[in-house]
Amino acid sequence: MSASWDASRAQEIVNKYLPIKGPMLPILHALQEEFGFISDEAMRLVAQSLNVTRAEVYGVVSFYHDFRQAPAGRHVLKICRAEACQSVGGEAHANALLQSLGLKWGETTPDGRLTVEPVYCLGLCACGPNAMLDGEPRARLDAQALHALAEEAA
Amino acid sequence: MRIFVPRDAVSLALGADLLAAAIAAEAARRGVAAKIIRNGSRGMFWLEPLVEIETPEGRTGFGPMTLADVAGLFADPASHPKALGLVEALPFLAKQQRLTFARCGIIDPLSLADYRAHGGLAGLERARGMSAEAICAEITKSGLRGRGGAGFPTGVKWETVRKAEAPQKYIVCNADEGDSGTFADRMILEADPFCLIEGMAIAGRAVGASQGYVYCRSEYPNGIKIFNEALAIAQETGLLDGFALELRVGAGAYVCGEETALLESLEGKRGMVRAKPPIPALRGLFGQPTVINNLISLATIPYIMAQGAEAYASFGMGRSRGTMPVQLAGNIKHGGLFETAFGITLGELVNEIGGGTASGRPVRAVQAGGPLGAYFAPAQFDTPYDYEAFAARNGLIGHGGLVVFDDTANMAAMARFAMEFCAHESCGKCTPCRIGSTRGAEILDRVVAGASRPGDLDLVKDLCETMKFGSLCALGGFTPYPVLSAITHFPEDFGGAALPLAAE
Ligand SMILES: Cc1cc2nc3c(=O)[nH]c(=O)nc-3n(C[C@H](O)[C@H](O)[C@H](O)COP(=O)(O)O)c2cc1C
Ligand code: SF4
Ligand code: FES
Ligand code: FES
Repeated sequence: MSASWDASRAQEIVNKYLPIKGPMLPILHALQEEFGFISDEAMRLVAQSLNVTRAEVYGVVSFYHDFRQAPAGRHVLKICRAEACQSVGGEAHANALLQSLGLKWGETTPDGRLTVEPVYCLGLCACGPNAMLDGEPRARLDAQALHALAEEAA
Repeated sequence: MRIFVPRDAVSLALGADLLAAAIAAEAARRGVAAKIIRNGSRGMFWLEPLVEIETPEGRTGFGPMTLADVAGLFADPASHPKALGLVEALPFLAKQQRLTFARCGIIDPLSLADYRAHGGLAGLERARGMSAEAICAEITKSGLRGRGGAGFPTGVKWETVRKAEAPQKYIVCNADEGDSGTFADRMILEADPFCLIEGMAIAGRAVGASQGYVYCRSEYPNGIKIFNEALAIAQETGLLDGFALELRVGAGAYVCGEETALLESLEGKRGMVRAKPPIPALRGLFGQPTVINNLISLATIPYIMAQGAEAYASFGMGRSRGTMPVQLAGNIKHGGLFETAFGITLGELVNEIGGGTASGRPVRAVQAGGPLGAYFAPAQFDTPYDYEAFAARNGLIGHGGLVVFDDTANMAAMARFAMEFCAHESCGKCTPCRIGSTRGAEILDRVVAGASRPGDLDLVKDLCETMKFGSLCALGGFTPYPVLSAITHFPEDFGGAALPLAAE
């Protein structure tokens, strides 16, 4: 579970990376790891600490697919949509799962349990279709295995 | 007894941690003194999880292993239903020329003693006795070309950085590996991380750079973890000799694999592609001269320095010297990493080495070189694996990925996907890339739905021409290749008549 916003904890995280060159991405990754997403307060704090405009921080946060501006569900399932996984039927399995959950890509179940997101290749391309649940890679996911994986995240 | 259970991402994704625990428990139950080593993968992914047991004759393999297969490993290994015999003798491995991947899957990735015992650090030691100029010359002589996609001679790039005068120079390893169908970088990170560290330290000496960065995609958490563990060991043991090295994690942007976008990202900015010139070799990271190389280019340096430029250049054909770690992926029976001298044909790779499709249906298409690479039809399977031969067929080798599709693939849908992917990943700097790809996907949507209007395909072709010539980088500039090759080789999927079989 992610922690709720805590300005002094956030400042501590930011300070840890201030001495390195090009600290922006490491800071954003660390803040997201701690708080689950990059809030407005977080962006303001980063801007102040790095002495850049808030627009610049926002520009970076919004450019990268990894950074969230709103919390995700308790579990995040990233399903690979790239070519090698498509070649073994991944797209159909993914669509079936989304339909059964009543979700579109990027959405979260109403109970806040699961967010389903696309990812473009996990480097497991000879064992597709593949996905990643809460950072753990999973391979050879036929329709049934993918459903089971989505259920597993309770 | 030494037992090897890989900790590479594929094996983990198939339950290798549970398997390793079960093997340890079973050994304990039987009172067998077993040492479990978590190696990298051998790169035969259809056999993963592949467990190996050391015997006086060599390492014998068992795979793909499940928990139910564990007890039998101890009871009667010879007649185990998953027994594969001596791993090194398996044809998929025996047919390879493993230079860059020589240690991959064999050693414990975090054992420096293993690394040394298998030839590691010999290259760095030799480099320490050579001038910077001589190291660059050696790399040039080896004929090594960049393995990230563009195929630029590595030694020439290094020489440019060496000659540049600046207070600070950098070595940057491009481990963004965003191409679908590729996993070579990941395998080195997970199976032989010291090899990359050694290659980067040699590069630092060759050009006078005291700081290096590895930029790794965030989709590789396991590789990041193993590399960082190896880096800590290298730093503790003083291996790096003053060369500072750090791994930075990307944030899910394909375009950050493009070298200038990567540098922007390392600097903490949006990953927007820079116009060239200036080239990164002269003004790269933080405006300083920078070597930016693909991970495989850098991981090949230790071999070249240890065995000599001639040894490396003796492999290959034409201007493609040495070996390429070809990555067989998608709908393929024997998927994995096959390192081979250039010159083998595409058909041999797909059908003989790869064994055709996993589904058992006929091969219909192969996408070579990632999402910006062309689709090849079986009629072109005589193409030798060589930079120039692929280019002559409007294709590219790229980072070495081959993604196989069977006859159920809809090539209009794949062309549409190429456009959609470009739209999704565009950095937004060029209109043809940003807007053109969105329009392209819309038009191809109609084609896929069977509702195309007259002139739609001409429109797509025009759009492709505009993208080719009006894009700053290869994302917009090369997306036309998968699209046009699909239209050319598979016209029947775009509402046209099929090509006669022999006409291509
Ligand atoms: C959109 C795009 C994505 C790229 N992705 C990668 C990548 O993931 N890894 C890589 O090494 N090169 C990638 N490249 C190529 C790099 O720009 C660059 O040519 C390479 O890092 C140079 O290293 P090399 O000479 O060792 O190949 C990409 C290029 C483009 C245009
Ligand atoms: S071609 Fe696309 S990705 Fe490349 S610089 Fe232009 S807009 Fe950016
Ligand atoms: S918009 Fe970034 S993953 Fe779809
Ligand atoms: S394409 Fe899905 S893991 Fe590579």
